[in-house]
Parts: sequence; C-alpha cells; structure tokens
Amino acid sequence: MMTRNDFESLKQRIFATRKSGEHFFLSLAAEDSQFIRINGAKIRQIGSVEDGSLEITLVLESRDAAGKTALRKGARTCTVTGLSWKDWEEVEGALKVLRREVAELPVDPFAELPSDHGSGENETRGKLLPREQVVDELLSPAVSGLDLAGIYAAGPVARAMANTAGQSLWFSTETFSLDYSLYTPNQRALKGTFAGKTWDRTAYIKEMERSRERLPILEKPASKIQRGAYRTYLAPAAFWDLVHMLSWGCISEASIRQGDSAMRHVRSGEKKFSPLFSMSEDFSGGEMPRFNSLGELAPERLPLIVRGELKNTLVNSRSAKEYGVPSNGALLDESLRSCFVEAGSLEEDQILKKLDTGLYLSNLHYLNWSDQLGGRVTGMTRYACFWVENGQIIAPIENMRWDDSIFTLMGTELEALTRHRSYLPDVGTYERRGLGGAMIPGALVKAMQFTL
Amino acid sequence: MTQTLKQALENLDLKGADWVGFREVRETLTERWVRDGHPKQNDAVTTHGVMAEVLVDGQFGYAATGRTDVESLRSAAQTAYRQAKSAAAHSVYRFTTAQRPKVTSRYSSPRLKPLTEMSAGEISGLLVEICEKLKTTPAIVRTEAVARLVEMETRFVSSNGSEAEQTFSLITTDFQATAQNGGVIQRRTDGGLLARSHQGGWEHFITPDLWDRVRRVAAQAIELSQAEVCPTMTGSLILKPDQMMLQIHESIGHPLELDRILGDERNYAGWSFVKPEDFGKLQYGSHLMNVTFDPTVSEEFASYAFDDTGAAAKREFLIRDGVLVRGLGGLESQVRSGLPGVANARASAWNRSPIDRMANINLEPGTATLDQMIASVERGVMMESNKSWSIDDFRNKFQFGCEYARLIENGKLGRVVRNPNYRGVTNPFWRSLKMVGNPETAAVFGTPFCGKGEPNQVIRVGHSSPTCLFENVEIFGGAS
Repeated sequence: MMTRNDFESLKQRIFATRKSGEHFFLSLAAEDSQFIRINGAKIRQIGSVEDGSLEITLVLESRDAAGKTALRKGARTCTVTGLSWKDWEEVEGALKVLRREVAELPVDPFAELPSDHGSGENETRGKLLPREQVVDELLSPAVSGLDLAGIYAAGPVARAMANTAGQSLWFSTETFSLDYSLYTPNQRALKGTFAGKTWDRTAYIKEMERSRERLPILEKPASKIQRGAYRTYLAPAAFWDLVHMLSWGCISEASIRQGDSAMRHVRSGEKKFSPLFSMSEDFSGGEMPRFNSLGELAPERLPLIVRGELKNTLVNSRSAKEYGVPSNGALLDESLRSCFVEAGSLEEDQILKKLDTGLYLSNLHYLNWSDQLGGRVTGMTRYACFWVENGQIIAPIENMRWDDSIFTLMGTELEALTRHRSYLPDVGTYERRGLGGAMIPGALVKAMQFTL
Repeated sequence: MTQTLKQALENLDLKGADWVGFREVRETLTERWVRDGHPKQNDAVTTHGVMAEVLVDGQFGYAATGRTDVESLRSAAQTAYRQAKSAAAHSVYRFTTAQRPKVTSRYSSPRLKPLTEMSAGEISGLLVEICEKLKTTPAIVRTEAVARLVEMETRFVSSNGSEAEQTFSLITTDFQATAQNGGVIQRRTDGGLLARSHQGGWEHFITPDLWDRVRRVAAQAIELSQAEVCPTMTGSLILKPDQMMLQIHESIGHPLELDRILGDERNYAGWSFVKPEDFGKLQYGSHLMNVTFDPTVSEEFASYAFDDTGAAAKREFLIRDGVLVRGLGGLESQVRSGLPGVANARASAWNRSPIDRMANINLEPGTATLDQMIASVERGVMMESNKSWSIDDFRNKFQFGCEYARLIENGKLGRVVRNPNYRGVTNPFWRSLKMVGNPETAAVFGTPFCGKGEPNQVIRVGHSSPTCLFENVEIFGGAS
C-alpha cells in the first residue's frame, strides 16, 4: 500500500514536470483490506485488496484577449500502490493525456487555484488480528448455533492531498468492522456492528451474547400491521437512515440553489424542523480527515440545523465561487461526512413506556425521495421491528412500506429524542472502505405514515 | 500483459492447490458533464490491477493487487492461497474446478463510431450546444448534459488452460432541463437519469433524432412545471420502456439472483421472496410475461462472451409464459442450490470477486400497439422515465416514481401530470400485466449503477422492454 513517503516522492516527481500556467491538486485514497463474507456462520468468500487511487487535477491558467484570467480544469485518476516504476508509468500516461485534453476544454468560471490551507499529518495505528487468524476468531464458540451473515473488513486506510501551493496533508488509520445480522429459523433478523481499531475478544463475545439474547422475541409469530399512521420509535440506526437523506441533494448549497432540495422551503421560512432537532458536522473525534480533495479544512464543528432552524449548508469552493458564499470545506458533492445529532431527554428505560402503543423500528431500508422537492421520503422497515402495546413489545411485524415527510418526522411529529446516542461507524465499501461515522439518538414520533 | 499473467502462473508453489487464476482488468471511465453551458466535470478514472484466485481444500481465496509485475502476482497468489486455507474448515460449500471451466474466447464490443473519434474539446462543444438548445425560455432555469465513456479490457488465464480476453466500449449519455413556474420546479431528462446506457460508440448518442429529443425534453420540462399533481387512484398503468427497465430490474432481476435466494446477500441488499422450490412452478406473472437473460444483444449494456469465472454466456429464458423456470446464478450458486442458472458471476472491477449479477435482463415483446393499449384504458396513467425507486429486502413491496405522466380517460391520452408515483407487490403486480407491446414499442436501456455485494460492487446492467399495460395499480402524486 502507498506509504506517506511513496506519496511524497510521487508528488515531487509530478510537480517537477510543472509547466508555465499549470497548477496541480493531488488526492490519494489507499487501503490494504481483508474482506471476509459470512453466510450461515460459514465462509462464503475470503480475500484481500491492495489498492490505491491517485487523482491528479490540472488547472490551466491563461489570459484571454482582454487580459482576464481564464481557468481550464480536468482530472485523471490512476491506480498507485507504491511500486514506483509502475506508479510512474501510470502517472506519466495520465499527465500526458491531461495536458492535451485540458487545453481543449472550455473555460471553467468556477474552478479554483490551489491555496495553502496548512499542512499536517494524522497517523493512528490499530491492533488488528493477523489475517490467518480471523476466521477462527470470528467463528469461535461466541457464534456457536447462530445463523450469522455479514462482512468483516479490516486493514490500513490512507487519505492524502497535496497541491502546488505547497500544501500537503496525510491521514492514515487502521480499523476493523464486522457488519452482521443474526437470523431466526423463521427468517426474522437483527442487525449489529462490531468495529474499532483494536480487536478485543472479550468485547466480541459480549457483543454476540447481547445479540443472542435479543433473538427469542423475534421468533414469535409476526403481526401484520394495517396501513395508517402510528406512534413510532426510530432506534438510532433507523433515525440515521432518515437523517442521512439530508445528505442526498438536500443540505448541499448547490442543491438548494439549483432547485433540487427540499431545504429551499426551510431557507424561505415556509418550513422548519422541530426545535428538538439539532445536527452538525463534527470532526472532533478525529476518526476521519477534515480536508477535502482541494485541501480545504472543514471546521472542527459546523452546526447545520440548530433547534430546528437552518444555520449552515454544506458549501464547497465551487459553490462558494458560483454563489458568492463562503466555503466550509465540503466535499465535491457537498454530502455529510461526520454527522452528529444532538441528544434529547428521553431516557433509554422510558422508550417503550413513552411509545405506549405503536411501532418500534430498529432499522429502515432502501430510502429514496418520493418527492425530493417536497421533502417526502419512502422506505421500508427492516430487521428487528416490533408492535408495542401499553409499553410492552408484543411481536415482530411484517415489513411495512412508509412514505412521509422529513418536515413531519423531524419536525411537527417529533416528540422526543433519546438522551443516549449511538456511534454508528461507516462500514460502507463503495469503491473503498468508509471512515468515521455518525453519532445519533433514537427518535420518538407522534405519527408516521405506513402505506403498504 | 497476458504473457506476464502466464509467467506468474508458472512454477507457483501452492501445495495442494487445485486451481489458480489471474484476472487482469484495465478500465478507463471518462466523464464529461456540462451545466448551464459551463464545465461541471471533466474527469477520467483509470483502474488497473489483477485479481489472483486460488482454490484449495474446496475453498476459493482471492488477493487483488494493483502491482502487476510477475513477482507481485505470485505474491498475491500466495496471499490468496493462505486465506483460502485459513477458511477451508468453515466453507459454505466445498467447491471444485468445475466452477472454473477452461475458457479461450475473445470478445469485443461492436461499435460503429469509436469513443476515441471525438476529442475532449469536441465532446464538450457538443454538450455545451445541447445546453444552449435546452434553454428555450427563461422558465428553463437549469440545463445539463453528460457523457460517460468506458473503455475496458479484461484478460483471464488459469492453471486449467484458460486464456481469454474481452474488450468493452460503453457509452452512457443524458441531458436534462429544469423548469420553474412559481413555486413548482420540475426536471425532465432524456429517458431517466443515465438510462441511455449502451455498448458501442457514439452512434448511440449522436443519432438522427438527437435534436428532436433535446427539444422534447425542454418542452416537457415546461409542461411539467405547469401541470397538476398526479391524482390518487387505483387504475390502469402504462409504463414506457424507460420505466419498465427499473420495474424489471428491481422486481424480476434481483429476486431471481440465486445468491440472494441462498442468503449470501441478506446482511446487505437483502434476500428474496423466491424459494428454491418455486422454480418450474411459480406463476410469477401473467401468461404474457416472457423474460430472458440475454448477453447476446449487441447494443445492450451488459453483453459479453463469458463471465468472470470463465462460464460461456448464452441466452436463457428465466420466465416463460409467466412461469419461473431459471434463476440468475453462476456456477458456484448453481452447484450450491442445485438450480439451473446462467453465466452471470461477474465482478465490478479487478479488486472485487465475482458474484451473481443481472447482466441483460429483458422482457420479450408481445403483440399490442401503443394505441391499442391506450384505447383499452378507461381510467389510468401512462408514465415514463424513472425518478424514484424503493423496494423491500425480499423484493416484494415496491414504490416507484416517474418524471413524466399523462392521464388516460376513456381510451384517450389526456393532460400531463407531475410527480407520478405507483406502488405494488411484485407477484400480484406482474400477474396484473394485461398487454405487452410489440417490438415497435420496445427500447433498450441500462444503468451503470446496480449496487450489491460485500464488499460493495457497482456494476452495469442492461434492460430491454416493450411498453406494457398493468391493471388495478395504486397510483398517486407528490407534495410539491
């Protein structure tokens, strides 16, 4: 896997080729991961991936006939792994094409030149299991008799950037995660995540014991719930699925300006969230880098919604330039990276009592905007979801479709948030392993609309 | 490079290994995107690496590396071997070399106008021109145009004599206009976001009707911004091919994947309402329903000669006259389940291992004309171009939304309505299939974004379908 020294060497070699008017940004994502896929507490697939991708962005500065600065911009990404001759072969080819193509592109009025926002490094080490021992450890007596399915992912991960203004940032860490589910003979399931930087056998055994104890209630015959509105408790993982929709063309400045986002109703004052609901981007835990591919640093804490009012949106430098607002170092797609939702006052042991009669939802599934501009979302219930009567769990439910508004579920119908918050690590593996996570309370809503 | 792979195979010291394979993939995805006439994105991503796979003691292990020299490939094979050994006592199934047949094929995407025919400047110029032509009135508040071009080469060698290559040329294009009328904002695309995904070259974008399509998208965006919200009703639903592709994908393709039926996906994408005993018996839909796995349609997005385990790909019926007859599973899933499958064990890249994927899943045309379908409807809606999609983890309860719809009353097309949605349950919905359009109503679409697998794999799939008519469907509108 690419080391910091490999990255620095490659950087120097690339920047040494710099010609007049050329500016570069480099952005690296690298990992050396072990992946183990489990089905029925047996191994379905096992392997490892040593990968790295280096994005080279070229901004070409020139003067037009009137003497005004014109910028053209393009990027090429190639695979790099620290094998210097191979890496340079890939990079050299990419630079050649990039130089030819960028000169042909139209002027980009919203392109940015590099700035030095400060250099630094953040390296943390973990204590992971040796690869050949993982299977025996995962499938130890802790999971005896359990129908376990899931994915174990572990290994070092690195992110880095550099630019020709002199900035260079490096972040690396070592993590593991077991994203799993347990099943009853009648196909009811519960979901769990066991993750960290140091493997702890005792903690793993306890995690499985706790999950095992939750299974019997799922073996009861399932209740079929009729369509309609129900008092509903959304456990942290379920509430995070809902809150995470704000990351999909909603809290982004570009989405609001370009007519994609329901947040325009909030900005105009037509709609607001509940005063109970506050959320921020919070990087204080250091679980993921604050920098984006341009080297901009997000604030350590950026309040987004405070007591129901929109305080900030996610703004990258491109939106900043186009709309004349300050950038706050957001990613290119202005999505959430490290979301923290403020806790409420509902105590853990009062959840069922306060819910009284209604639905307890552990997880949601396959959310999508059913009306993006209107702020309406649809999705399904999944895993351990229950019908509750008079503060007592009665039975698991058959999966239900729901369709409701973010302005009711996080607004007019939000009754309480829990005092306890769960840290939900990002165990995603889209192209590469995710970093960081979200800190989320549970949410009690007065009425949630179930449609099928 | 094939020579390097073959060299790496020679003299490998993997005690007791039954099979070793190397799959090399080099892919460049170039994306050019213009918004309101200005560049939004001009990126190219090249990924290049090799996956070493080893079968030992009945367990496959893999190691993927971007280091493509002989020494690194041998090291990767050793890593794959050690991992397979560590898991062999806990295998979900004891596999054999029968799951990695020898393959010596060659395949290359048919193309009339190669992707390299247009320079970066020329492509940008075309996309800018499309944006300019979409901006027909001030009510069009945003315009976009995009081209995603993929050139991909795979090479596969193995210890049982495989030596095969496939070269793909893939093109995805789209353009869109957003219109505003007071507080109503509506977007119209060229058949649903990035649904114009084909195998081939520029002939799939620069077509004789390109500028007609541009004009139509702009006009329909304006229409939508002035339209009423789709009414709520239970009625007839006509779906055009650019929505049928999503309906096929979510409610036929995914539930028929054998690895889902076997439970491999249940921690992530979910499993399936289909049970092993349903094959050959389950009346999946009406007798008009005939669905094929077809990797031989030349312009379709996921056509190929062999899958990533070396299995030869050919056309197969999945559903015939409405009855489920075959699943979507590669050789590993077939031997585990004892069910008939297809050659669809595919990996999204060099750094992912093959799993059961859809490839091209097509609804075969029937005999109805569009006019006959419309004429048969007393009250209903005709929808096109997917906008929203959601379905449960067993692939039963779905809800889909479209960009554009027209009411149908007493056999005649009526006014345009906005934010059309519908919902249903998979088998009852397909059993309500009343008419299947003739070949003239059919079209080929696809998507670059089918997600599945742990670790995640986003892969390309194709779907061809005629226009279809369904009865007694729950239809409704949106809030904005």
